[in-house]
Amino acid sequence: MVDQADHADSRTASPARMTRPACLMQRLLMRAAGLVGWMRANLFYSWVATAVTLVLAYAVARIGIALIDWAALSAVWSVPAGPSGPDTAACRALEGAGACWAIITEKHRFVLFGTYPYEEHWRPALCVLIFVALYGATAWRRLWNRTLPLVWALAAVAVGVLMWGGVAGLSYVPNERWGGLVITLMLATFGLAFAFPLAILVALGRRSSLPAIRMLCVLYVELIRGVPLISLLFMASVVLPLFLPDGMTIDKLLRAQIAITLFAGAYLAEVVRGGLQAIPKGQYEAADVLGFGYWTKIRLIILPQALRIVIPPLVNTFIGIFKDTSLVLVIGIFDLLGAGKMAAMEPAWQGFAIEVFIFCGLVYFSFCFAMSRYSQRLEQDLRLHETR
Amino acid sequence: MSDAKPGTHGSRARDEAARGRRISWSNPAFRGLVWQVLAVGLVAAGLAWLVVNTHENLESRRIASGFGFLGNEAGLPIGEHLISYAPTDTYLRVLLVGVLNTLRVAVAGIVLATVLGTLIGLARLSRNWLLSRLSAVYVEVVRDLPLLLQLLLLYTLLQGLPPPRQALNPIAGVYLSNRGLILPALEWHAAHGWVLLALLLGAAGAFTCGRWATARQMADGRPRIVWPFALGLVLGLPALAAILTGASWSIEWPELKGFNFRGGVNLSPEYFALLLGLVLYTAAFIAEIVRAGVLSVRRGQWEAAQALGLRPRVILSRVVLPQALRVIIPPVTSQYLNLTKNSSLAVAIGFQDIVSIANTTINQTGQAVEGIAIIMAVYLTISLSISLFMNWYNRRVALVER
Repeated sequence: MVDQADHADSRTASPARMTRPACLMQRLLMRAAGLVGWMRANLFYSWVATAVTLVLAYAVARIGIALIDWAALSAVWSVPAGPSGPDTAACRALEGAGACWAIITEKHRFVLFGTYPYEEHWRPALCVLIFVALYGATAWRRLWNRTLPLVWALAAVAVGVLMWGGVAGLSYVPNERWGGLVITLMLATFGLAFAFPLAILVALGRRSSLPAIRMLCVLYVELIRGVPLISLLFMASVVLPLFLPDGMTIDKLLRAQIAITLFAGAYLAEVVRGGLQAIPKGQYEAADVLGFGYWTKIRLIILPQALRIVIPPLVNTFIGIFKDTSLVLVIGIFDLLGAGKMAAMEPAWQGFAIEVFIFCGLVYFSFCFAMSRYSQRLEQDLRLHETR
Repeated sequence: MSDAKPGTHGSRARDEAARGRRISWSNPAFRGLVWQVLAVGLVAAGLAWLVVNTHENLESRRIASGFGFLGNEAGLPIGEHLISYAPTDTYLRVLLVGVLNTLRVAVAGIVLATVLGTLIGLARLSRNWLLSRLSAVYVEVVRDLPLLLQLLLLYTLLQGLPPPRQALNPIAGVYLSNRGLILPALEWHAAHGWVLLALLLGAAGAFTCGRWATARQMADGRPRIVWPFALGLVLGLPALAAILTGASWSIEWPELKGFNFRGGVNLSPEYFALLLGLVLYTAAFIAEIVRAGVLSVRRGQWEAAQALGLRPRVILSRVVLPQALRVIIPPVTSQYLNLTKNSSLAVAIGFQDIVSIANTTINQTGQAVEGIAIIMAVYLTISLSISLFMNWYNRRVALVER
């Protein structure tokens, strides 16, 4: 801010009648003075600030140089193939002085797609692209109407066909062999898609005038929010099979999906409830006066306003659920992090887990960072709308 | 109003009461009753179905049910326990060890995350560009990575540390190696208990003293100097107790014996990684809450306080902080709950908290339903206690409207 103001000053202050080089010289001096002024205002404004700045700058420089050296200068990017698998001697010779990115070069397909048949990897890859396109379409506000559920349904069908196969000349792949990034995206996307309508119903139920319905909804939300997701996942993997009659089984992945959906539903319900509470009573009364029934009133008057208010916290909850899907590795499902951990446990590559975790972290970060930036922009846009 | 009969007030009320009892779909009260009976009936039927299924399944698999197994010998080796424990102890005791381990991580994590989060949140508001940028980057990076990934990364990093013989020694007496963090400890004598008691009494006395002074000032407007008394109580009483009981204050320094350290407090790599991960992760969220809380206090409040001639310290403690706390406390409460629930990720790095121990119990006894029920009961109890305490605190700082 200060920087820009100083630039503006230097532009207006430069005298017009000066010869060109002198003018340029003066401008440069002005700009340098602006920079110095900015630094004095923002970095060295007191003795304490100067000390803090110098210590921090030193630490950043030291850590930055060490990191660049480890991650780029001393790193090994690929290793030759040995008689039995890759020969990781070059990586071991580093003794931690540099990163062994060769594990990523070698194993990235496993981390991204798990044990899916190698020559069919284009199918999960295409699914990842479909998911990313779906997120893009969802972020596009012009589609926020009846087309959006349709787009989601289409995407779900396309992903199902691609992953399972068995039709249109695609070979059948059972879902025990699915893994990697696609599992993370599936658990998060379908979990949220089913949790969102559930959350709206529960939030409405919690504000209902019928005591029994209200109590059921409170019980559901508080029970789920009171316990960790891990215990729900354990429940889904160990106890749920006991709950079902003989001969009826639910696939492990689907069980994890159910646990994540119920978990997300409770948290989203609380966010939606916040939006419902923010709607003034007059809106309900006006709808009643117009003679609307309960569901018409909710659908046309209340929800459109309530949901708009809570979009930013909704996106934050989405980010949280997206990160929390990584917990399924505890019950033995190989999502992105699980497949990464598995890859690093292979004897040839033991000791290079850090590199794999960093790779997985970059993938998670790019999804979450995009969502969080989108949420911030949306918040600004919506606030603009309110003040206009 | 649309009633055709021009009855008295009483008869109209009777009419409405009659309409409320009418059995018809157009009667909202009746409709509501039907929906509620339907919902409760469906849920009850579903639950009954699950219970019947479970009962049959348990019988056909010959799994015992009930909590009788709690009295059996567990035979579980536990690395870290706050209370004495041997593998020959019962399941009840091993689960208690797990609960204490969970609490040990959660309490330490909440305290440390609050301190670190507040510091980072204030650093983000700093005028120093470098400081505020760095804290912003920290918050953004930490919030956008799964906690589990951070825990695994930290644990792997800690395991990559040198063995005890080449342990890192950043400060005298503090050693960091692949066996964990070793700190010097105070040798505990019974006399220290009395000193601690005296300190608590002194603190309580100082608090009462301050309350009395404030009440008197409220009554007659004259400020009273209390700090010499308060200081005397807080420092004098423990010092007196120490002299009277003659406690010796020797510190136990860890030293290398053979392949490992002896003496001092040893934080295992699992505990240290879990605590560090939880603190670093939660601090990023608390930092954002603290920042929003301080920003929520309008500039005018600072300026008005300055115009009244209040000193900066008084402005912060009497004007800004009470208003910021109102915004800060509810979301921070839910962060505390999250931290406690997230401590269950211990199972992924092998720290034996309640989830990890209950999970092993399930594997040994096969009694999954009881095991999960115990986990849920423990977390629900902890969550409820934290919410109750924080709600009480929130009511204390909440705006009292007249």
